[in-house]
Amino acid sequence: MDFAFLFSTMKDLLAATPTTIGLFSLSVFFGGLLALLIVTMRVSNNIIARNFAKGYIFVFRGSPLLIQMFLVFYGLGQFGVIRHSFVWPALREPFICAVLSLALCTAGYSAEIFRSGLRAVPPGEVEAARAAGMSGFLLLRRIIAPIALRHALPAYSTEIVLMVKSTALASLVTVWEITGVAQRLISQTYRTMEVFLCAAALYLLLNFIILQGLSLLENRLNRHHRRPTGRKPSVMNALFGARP
Amino acid sequence: MEIFELLGFGAKGWGALILTGMLLTLCVTLASLAIGAVVGGLIATAKLSNFWWLRVLGTTYTTIFRGVPELLIIYLIYFGGSNAVTAIGHAMGIEGFLGMPSFLAGALAVGLISAAYQAEVYRGAYRAIPRGEIEAAASIGMPPLRCVRRIILPQILRFAIPGLNNVWQLSLKDSALISVTGLAELMRTTQVAAGSTRQYFMFYIVGGVLYLVLTSFSERLFNSAERRSNKSMPRGMGQV
Repeated sequence: MDFAFLFSTMKDLLAATPTTIGLFSLSVFFGGLLALLIVTMRVSNNIIARNFAKGYIFVFRGSPLLIQMFLVFYGLGQFGVIRHSFVWPALREPFICAVLSLALCTAGYSAEIFRSGLRAVPPGEVEAARAAGMSGFLLLRRIIAPIALRHALPAYSTEIVLMVKSTALASLVTVWEITGVAQRLISQTYRTMEVFLCAAALYLLLNFIILQGLSLLENRLNRHHRRPTGRKPSVMNALFGARP
Repeated sequence: MEIFELLGFGAKGWGALILTGMLLTLCVTLASLAIGAVVGGLIATAKLSNFWWLRVLGTTYTTIFRGVPELLIIYLIYFGGSNAVTAIGHAMGIEGFLGMPSFLAGALAVGLISAAYQAEVYRGAYRAIPRGEIEAAASIGMPPLRCVRRIILPQILRFAIPGLNNVWQLSLKDSALISVTGLAELMRTTQVAAGSTRQYFMFYIVGGVLYLVLTSFSERLFNSAERRSNKSMPRGMGQV
């Protein structure tokens, strides 16, 4: 084992880690916001909004992320209207294109996850709240959102781990994040296994930290369900448990 | 119309190439599903075994292959495999760099990823079999292998269909990443067509629509398979 090489590889990859984290956090944030909008349309009574949301979810879940990313990065620049508009300085940046397509893609998946959370809200509780005089935003904030969030969190955490992995595709639109740097190192040195081990360890560590945080959050949200001597939900369950 | 000429089957048309790419995508995903079924079955058996070191082995495998980006795994198999092939070539006296066939590398990479997901699907399906049926088989003196063939495998297959649908959809979309190895599947053909005609937007839309055709068509196929396999069962919750 060549430790000097492993060490220098790890240093190069660590230098690229902030880019991966930036891609990940920005796209999860904007994707989450967009998903809230999509899920509102999906459950609304307006038939146009509902069908638009259905179409959005179908398109973004059914096609590969890579093609969506290339469509944003190469496709949009083809039109003069966009090239001469105010958004072009932003859309010219590969990083922003990657965040945009990652956010658009995760919004489709997250909207379905949030919807399954909404479906888990017992109608009786909503009726009780209405009977007590709550309505509109108050009802959403106090009754629906907390229950829905709690039910959606396990599925949402798997989606978040998928997002960490999806940031790797940004390397194909020339963003230098961990996988891109790893690929460059592999083609420079032909030492596939060592570079792979370093990059894999980094990604696993990232996922582990994120899952640990999410399981803490889940644990906190479910405090009232916990039995006094119940087993603590562990990050191992989240890592190794069955995934949809 | 220029667009119809570009998408058509004429001398300037990319239609035939793109449809061939679509067929290749289907083939490579089918091959990876088969590889994943074999490896995934073994991993599921390891995770259910009574030996702790087999369980650790299975858990390590599924953790790595589900926690590491697919693109990185494709690079590992493609470049690592090429290195191995070159080393074997040197040992046999062939000089120079030998590449691994990109179809094989791609199918292997996506297959090994789907194996990790399939292992979880099979493990869940095995857990869904009522214990009593296995005990009953043992109590009438059925040898373990025949019990696997007659009692366990048919039921695992039935319970696994919805999960396999998910895995298939994932693999179909992962197969787009094989384009980095230069295999002329749907993604790669779309990319080449877009690059050489400078009609990026149109060709990526066409590629995306063709992927949508593949995913929605296979979804239908899986749903009808699920309905068919549950024909003799009472209707339960969440059935299609």
